[in-house]
Amino acid sequence: MFYRENGQFKTSYQADQQIFPIMQDRWFIAALLLLAFVGVPFIASDYMFSAILIPFVIMAMAALGVNILVGYCGQISLGSGAFMAVGAYGAYNFFARIPGMPLIPTLILGGLCATVFGILFGLPSLRVRGLYLAVATLAAQFFADWMFLRIKWFTLDTPSGSVSVSNLQVFGMPIESDLSKYLFCLSLLCVVALLAKNLVRGAIGREWMAIRDMDVAAAVIGIRPMYAKLSAFAVSSFIIGMAGALWAFIYLGSWEPSAFSVDQSFRLLFMVIIGGMGSIMGGFLGAAFIVVLPIFLNQFLPVFAAWFGFVISTTVVSHTELMIFGALIVWFLIVEPHGLARLWAIGKQKMRVWPFPY
Amino acid sequence: MQKSLLLLSALVASLGMGVVTQAQAQAKEQFVPVLSYRTGPYAPNGTPWANGFVDYLKLVNSKGGINGVKIAYEECETGYDTARSVECYERLKSKNPSFVQTLSTGATFAITEKAPGDKIPVLTVGYGRSESADGAVFKWNFPIAGTYWVAADTIMQAIAKKEGGWDKLKGKKVALVYHDSPFGKEPIPLLQERARNHGFELQLLPVTPPGVEQKATWLQVRQAKPDYVVLWGWGVMNSTAIKEAQATGYAREKMYGVWWAGAEPDVKDVADGAKGYNAITIQHGAEPNSDIVKTMLTQIHAKGQGTGPKEEVGQVLYLRGVMSAMIGIEGIRSAQERFGKGKVVTGEQVRWGLENLNLTQAKLDALGFKGVMRPISTSCMDHMGAAWTRIHTWNGKAWEFTSDWMQADEQILKPLVKATADKYAAEKKLTRRTGADCQS
Repeated sequence: MFYRENGQFKTSYQADQQIFPIMQDRWFIAALLLLAFVGVPFIASDYMFSAILIPFVIMAMAALGVNILVGYCGQISLGSGAFMAVGAYGAYNFFARIPGMPLIPTLILGGLCATVFGILFGLPSLRVRGLYLAVATLAAQFFADWMFLRIKWFTLDTPSGSVSVSNLQVFGMPIESDLSKYLFCLSLLCVVALLAKNLVRGAIGREWMAIRDMDVAAAVIGIRPMYAKLSAFAVSSFIIGMAGALWAFIYLGSWEPSAFSVDQSFRLLFMVIIGGMGSIMGGFLGAAFIVVLPIFLNQFLPVFAAWFGFVISTTVVSHTELMIFGALIVWFLIVEPHGLARLWAIGKQKMRVWPFPY
Repeated sequence: MQKSLLLLSALVASLGMGVVTQAQAQAKEQFVPVLSYRTGPYAPNGTPWANGFVDYLKLVNSKGGINGVKIAYEECETGYDTARSVECYERLKSKNPSFVQTLSTGATFAITEKAPGDKIPVLTVGYGRSESADGAVFKWNFPIAGTYWVAADTIMQAIAKKEGGWDKLKGKKVALVYHDSPFGKEPIPLLQERARNHGFELQLLPVTPPGVEQKATWLQVRQAKPDYVVLWGWGVMNSTAIKEAQATGYAREKMYGVWWAGAEPDVKDVADGAKGYNAITIQHGAEPNSDIVKTMLTQIHAKGQGTGPKEEVGQVLYLRGVMSAMIGIEGIRSAQERFGKGKVVTGEQVRWGLENLNLTQAKLDALGFKGVMRPISTSCMDHMGAAWTRIHTWNGKAWEFTSDWMQADEQILKPLVKATADKYAAEKKLTRRTGADCQS
């Protein structure tokens, strides 16, 4: 009843082609943005910002990038951690070697480094598919691990191999408080999400999806697989690289290659699978699930136990956390294999038909 | 599907609640965050440390606190993961922590960047960044009682003594088998410096964390036949390395571990196979007969308050935890002496306390550390306070001291600390603290 497009007539092509053709959606997104930019800063504590919101925002951006490659173009990649690492170390090298380098160009350059790396390791996708490609992209992961551990030049010869950045600022405004970090990441995320949404709605996105659904058929109707696959690798690794640079610069501040280990690649792939492949929304939901849920369980379990008069040790908490988390993943995949984004779509449909479901 | 949507929203709603209840801070109590790991590949070593740390806090409370101020503490499981450690740090930060102990070198690097802004001192007893001994640059870091460079330097001293002098090292081969992380890489600059000065060859053999797979590394050891192996491991890597050494037939007598590779969990599984294996100690070893251990057994464990099993009290890592907690508590005590006895002190005041720590032998003896530790006194320029070590050797059943007290060579250490700290200061655009800043 509340969520119906009845009476919303489109009189121009422009109106028909806008991102959110239904007015309720537009209002919802506007309210969400208002909440994220204005509401959240009033209610969130420092801990919420630094431990939950900032990692969530950055991981959502990375998941968005992975989703373009895996969800839209159908190229399963296990090299996302490596793309993040290349973005982070690329940005670090520009930032540390060029005096007075501003932050935003640094991040973009980091993303471009990841793009080059992504295209290079995307080349096998022209010959191999599916699981074989996953294995081939895993090589990117090991290569990046090796590169940043062994080639001292990338870490500016620091003895411990751990690098750090500080004194970040944008247009003269310092990015030091948790609030400013959050707003900075959120603004970037909005720009990237808008860009990604428009890309996947356009000709390029259609090419990606055609390749995903059946690459031979796509080639027959005139889509160049090489161009489509490599462009997906390029765009995806650019976004992942930028997210990696943010993860390192804004969230960690000081990092070592293990911050971008193969675990990170798996986490990102899980985010996309659980969130929903081939959906921008899915990236956000998946990131929320993977980033926030373990922390939530970790904090909630002792409280929950206290309600019943138990005191549980941190060991039990962290074991239980892993068990519940694993069980939830399995449960979600069985109940809704298309991910959380699909649940979201079902919810919307229910709202549409609400008092009289058929 | 509605059910799952409901569940999801319930989860989200209770998340808010959980955070709110956690955030209630305790007043009138001195808060000490305990970042520990009792799960994962490092748990066998992390657990006794955490037990010792917590037991000491309990002991302080059972004696009436610090001049009447009770200690409140909360554990947070990090799993030796940097991102998770940062999350724990952020979580416990709101409770006005006196100091933070990270128990991970990787996390120390990350938290070092955050602590000055939050005004929380970072206490890293026997780990962390070696150059942070320079208090003039690292105002908030306290690697009290020893850094990795102290460990590396004294290991080389012990090797030189075994060989019969530094000149005998010329042309020898020393292999460093290290945990491939900031922790494992820390000793490299110092060992390289020593190798240049004395003409021995340093071979670097990294082991991928967590270090359960070391066949390739020990194959290299077998081929290169180094005269000595320095083992820089943690957690499961140590026992694996000793097993591999046994399998390769490398003499355990020629192996020297860092103090994180010289405790009971590392050698227990191998028992006789580890016989002759040496490790450096940060002042204390396994001290089952010391006063502090007796007090701990009678005051805490006898009353059923002990955190872990009774058997581990007095073991190496347990005592490391006790010692770390003691140094932190004494920092708070020294801060109270200046800023008001019996008051809750802030992190900033504890920083002063740690910087002006003066643990004389008499004080240590009174605390029960007689024979376990030597005096430590920190200052504005020197945040380490002491550089004493000993070597202990596994005899198949227990660790026993096989060397006298040794001290790291200042001639080597000081310039290296200063140069590395200056490099850090230049990168961060920090200026060295002046005499006036030291007074505050």
